[in-house]
Amino acid sequence: MTQMAGTPIPHAPGFIANTTPRIVTSRFDYEDSYTLARYEATDGYQGLKKALQQTPEEVHNEVRDATLLGRGGAGFPAGVKWGFCPPEVWPRYLVVNGDESEPGTYKDRLLMELDPHQLIEGCLIACYAVGLSQCFLYIRGEMAVAQERVAQALNDAYAAGYIGKNILGSEFSVDIVLHWGAGAYVVGEETALIESLEGNRGMPRLKPPYFPASIGLYGQPTIVNNVETLSNLPWILEHGSQAFTAIGTETSPGTRMVAVSGHVKRPGVYEIINGTTTFRDLLYGTDMCGGIRNDNQLKAFVPGGGSAPWFTPEQLDLPFEASHVGPQGSMLGSGAIMVMDETTDIPAAALTLTKFYAHESCGKCVPCREGGTWLEQILRRVVEGRGTNRDLDLLIEVGETICPGDFPHAAVASKGIEAVPFPYRMTTICFVGPSAFAPVHSALTLFREEFEAKVSGNDEPTMIEVAVDV
Amino acid sequence: MKFFTEENAELAQEIIGRYPKPRSAMIPLLHLAQEQEGWVTDEAMTEIAELVGTTSAEVLGTCSFYEMFKRKPVGKYVINICTTMSCALMGAGDLMKHAESRLGVKSGGSTPDGLFTLEGAECQAACTEAPCLQVNYRHQYRVTPDQFDQLVEDLASSDSDIPEHGVLSQIRQHIPADKFVGSTPPEDVVSAPVWLSEAGGQ
Repeated sequence: MTQMAGTPIPHAPGFIANTTPRIVTSRFDYEDSYTLARYEATDGYQGLKKALQQTPEEVHNEVRDATLLGRGGAGFPAGVKWGFCPPEVWPRYLVVNGDESEPGTYKDRLLMELDPHQLIEGCLIACYAVGLSQCFLYIRGEMAVAQERVAQALNDAYAAGYIGKNILGSEFSVDIVLHWGAGAYVVGEETALIESLEGNRGMPRLKPPYFPASIGLYGQPTIVNNVETLSNLPWILEHGSQAFTAIGTETSPGTRMVAVSGHVKRPGVYEIINGTTTFRDLLYGTDMCGGIRNDNQLKAFVPGGGSAPWFTPEQLDLPFEASHVGPQGSMLGSGAIMVMDETTDIPAAALTLTKFYAHESCGKCVPCREGGTWLEQILRRVVEGRGTNRDLDLLIEVGETICPGDFPHAAVASKGIEAVPFPYRMTTICFVGPSAFAPVHSALTLFREEFEAKVSGNDEPTMIEVAVDV
Repeated sequence: MKFFTEENAELAQEIIGRYPKPRSAMIPLLHLAQEQEGWVTDEAMTEIAELVGTTSAEVLGTCSFYEMFKRKPVGKYVINICTTMSCALMGAGDLMKHAESRLGVKSGGSTPDGLFTLEGAECQAACTEAPCLQVNYRHQYRVTPDQFDQLVEDLASSDSDIPEHGVLSQIRQHIPADKFVGSTPPEDVVSAPVWLSEAGGQ
């Protein structure tokens, strides 16, 4: 495409290199990182070649031994997930989850735009290992440039014999079909993704029985893996699972991509060592975010995407390790950290997330469809100064219809609040409903005084406006 | 009178042929329809129903679930300003106010000349580059009010790489016939793929 004089479509920015070994971002510094020529010149498709010299079972074992945790949010080991396909049920499919849309999350789009062949190679390795006979690469609808880069990469890889019939002269044959969505956050949930891929409204299915590995696309065994997860496979196959587990910790090996946004000096996407890097390293490290903007005080941060309960400075020394973060009341989720400094209006910040989840409710489960909207409306009137003291309790009451019992939250030692561990109980099929409550609950638990200030002295209920002439 | 042009009708068949079940092509075909007209017309949905073997009501059901499908005409350029947390913390609210005043429309509205539709949007996976926006689903990063004005001027004078609304990927996937393994309906597949069975099965 010719470059025109006016506003161009810019190269995806955001990645900032540091001293961490680069597993999935190793080509990001090249201007032509997304081309087949660059990929082949930088060890591209070597992992696939190594895989094809082994049996599928050996490849599967290599990935299982790597303890590659899913990078989409749930953090389940990919090699174990692959093993859940029932034996002798054919065909099996691979669905790639490239529907990145969790608030704060920015990594899969970079991987698709800047290194699409790495993702494709990962898909091929997974298909070979598990006997998946067709791959559907589902990219979020609102990512036109990622769609273009992946389309070009697929066309080039087909032409070069890496995809399709008899890959690299072997018996291994598989198609990768590019598919994209049309704007619906809930489709990032794996069963909703499958519904969408079948041409339906993207509403989640009940698990059990609809665990994709046993009953997935067209009712067949289906592996749904995240883009970053699959992008790790070429490196693991090329260098071996031992090289992978030598980085990070035993339970959280390798590296992971995290996006830090909000009130830091250097917001960016960082590849960090899994398991050992702490939030303090990330937010204050001189090779990472470099501290809070204007040297302000940190007030709170969301540690794992908009769905995650919030942390305060008291949790800064926790590492990126689920077994540490979970008991402290939150989750690592999709590697998205949103930072709020001392100037942040906490109830308003919570509203930006709750309105997101209320809007994105698919409408299938009543507690989410109704509760999310209620949470948004009540919180909005509190933020706008029309709320009452009673509204603060009402927010919790509504939330408890979605998540009964104690909702997870962080400890606040200065206020004598102890942590409630993750996860929560829920009355909905998927996590969208609980996610609408998470920011409200965190904000109210950690910063109740800010809410009280907004409703101060107001005990009279606000009448709901009734629209007559619409 | 057919809805799809001859070229797009051929493309539609190629797309349908990639899926084990035709209905899976519904969203790709709705995108194709929107690319052709800028929005999704009733005629398009009726024809897509025929192509994938379902009713137009089912197509409407799917179409209406997804934010990107517009069932009435929109501007040549749809400007989506992200309003979710990371952008909101970095000034998205002010950017939206500025955009509303510059374009003379409220969020959700279109300019009378048919050039612009302004929408508040949700997280666009560019959170480190806040506040961000998209024009026809192409990003602009760390947008200041001045840059917004420049963007609007450039778009109004067609001084931009951004294609008109409806056009997503300008590069299409094409699977060469001699490389295409083919999409078999799942009920017709009864055994393990050959590379797995030769290795002794799993």
